[in-house]
Amino acid sequence: MREIHTDKIRDAVRQLYLDMLCTIGDDITLALRSGLEQEESPIGCMLLRQLLENNEIARNERVGICQDTGMAILFVELGQEIHLTGGSFEDAVNQGVREAYEEGYFRKSVVDDPLFDRINTKDNTPAVIHLRLLPGDKICITAMAKGFGSENMSAMRMLVPADGEEGVLKTILDTVRQAGPNPCPPIIVGVGIGGTMEVAAQLAKYATARPIGDRHADPRYADLEQKALSAINALGIGPGGLGGRVTALDVHIESCPTHIAGLPVAVNICCHASRHGKCEI
Amino acid sequence: MDYKKITPPLNEMTARSLRAGDLVMISGIIYTGRDAAHKRLFELLEKGKELPLDLRDQIIYYVGPTPARPGRACGSAGPTTSYRMDKYTPALLDRGLRGMIGKGLRSNEVIEAMERNGAVYFAATGGAGALISSCITEAVPILYEDLGTEAIHQMHVRNFPVTVVIDSLGNNLYEQGPVRYRRDTP
Ligand code: SF4
Repeated sequence: MREIHTDKIRDAVRQLYLDMLCTIGDDITLALRSGLEQEESPIGCMLLRQLLENNEIARNERVGICQDTGMAILFVELGQEIHLTGGSFEDAVNQGVREAYEEGYFRKSVVDDPLFDRINTKDNTPAVIHLRLLPGDKICITAMAKGFGSENMSAMRMLVPADGEEGVLKTILDTVRQAGPNPCPPIIVGVGIGGTMEVAAQLAKYATARPIGDRHADPRYADLEQKALSAINALGIGPGGLGGRVTALDVHIESCPTHIAGLPVAVNICCHASRHGKCEI
Repeated sequence: MDYKKITPPLNEMTARSLRAGDLVMISGIIYTGRDAAHKRLFELLEKGKELPLDLRDQIIYYVGPTPARPGRACGSAGPTTSYRMDKYTPALLDRGLRGMIGKGLRSNEVIEAMERNGAVYFAATGGAGALISSCITEAVPILYEDLGTEAIHQMHVRNFPVTVVIDSLGNNLYEQGPVRYRRDTP
């Protein structure tokens, strides 16, 4: 049994958000640079250059990459040999988020009640926490900050097995086409296939945080990722939706077992400002 | 690339001369407003009341910045998605609002009101909040301060880069651009 004080979790979460909201991942920088080489539209190139410059300014001046500093989402893998001390796990995570958003001058964008009151909680909590209990004595945290310009453009469809690969591809393309300029292209497309309705959605979200260029381990899914990426970039939406080649930087698929009668597909769109980080305690 | 320079107020003639695809640098005073502020302005008009600020020939920027660090005029300040303001926008355009800066698609009702009144819709680069922040020299809340980041601010900008997406003739770069670069998949 390993003891971990929840203060450690709070501090780790705080640091993750302080870093990710001002510092874009190197994989995104590389993808934007190579997009600049592929882009045929002059306005598209100008926009990609603006994004590269933007991310430099954000890093150097510690200002948010985007003003929508998002809702905090955490995938936590908790080793079952860990004994947590010091109080509530969820409180610790929320405290970490609260401190980071205050200290980092990030925007607080969470409301308490979704339909009637819509009053800002003023500290960007509660965070969305997905918790899994695994063997071992480590805590592994994948944290994201998700803006809603792109979140609102996401979709879910309960396909039937007969829809097959074609149905999945169509769902992805329909979603991206309909989103058009709204999710701030170039985008990263996370796709969850299988499970049940909520599992597919969760997989799709998790997929958005995979490094650009990483492929699904199964070559058939890896192939589908490539196919979907080329098809999306043939749509012509382009940077900012103003027309061009570079609409998506990548497509990531996550899959898992499902029911004999079903083929759930969720498409979670993430903007180029894909802010996420990982840590192990 | 060549930029047209604009300093608000923006009169109808200048607005009508802009075309979808034009690159524009805005310098001077613009006003911020997003969901909550639009709702309040709209509700006043619905009750037959006057607007608390004169929007004639002015430009509204759909933005909700992050808080400013000490020593900065404004935090990260990129555009928010415009369609959420569509319901409220035609009424403002009919009262002389001349320009809007945001990102993303607009409704037919908004585009018709733009044609009717000679207004223009600019896109700022979504996700370039840090870059745009460095074009902002001052941001002061002037109305609905209780709304925090959503309060209406008077913003002084210098060389704020935007693109005309929808012009007063209804030309729409969000339609024309993708058509130009679309490819048939093999
Ligand atoms: S979609 Fe992403 S880049 Fe665009 S405004 Fe939202 S968080 Fe920022």
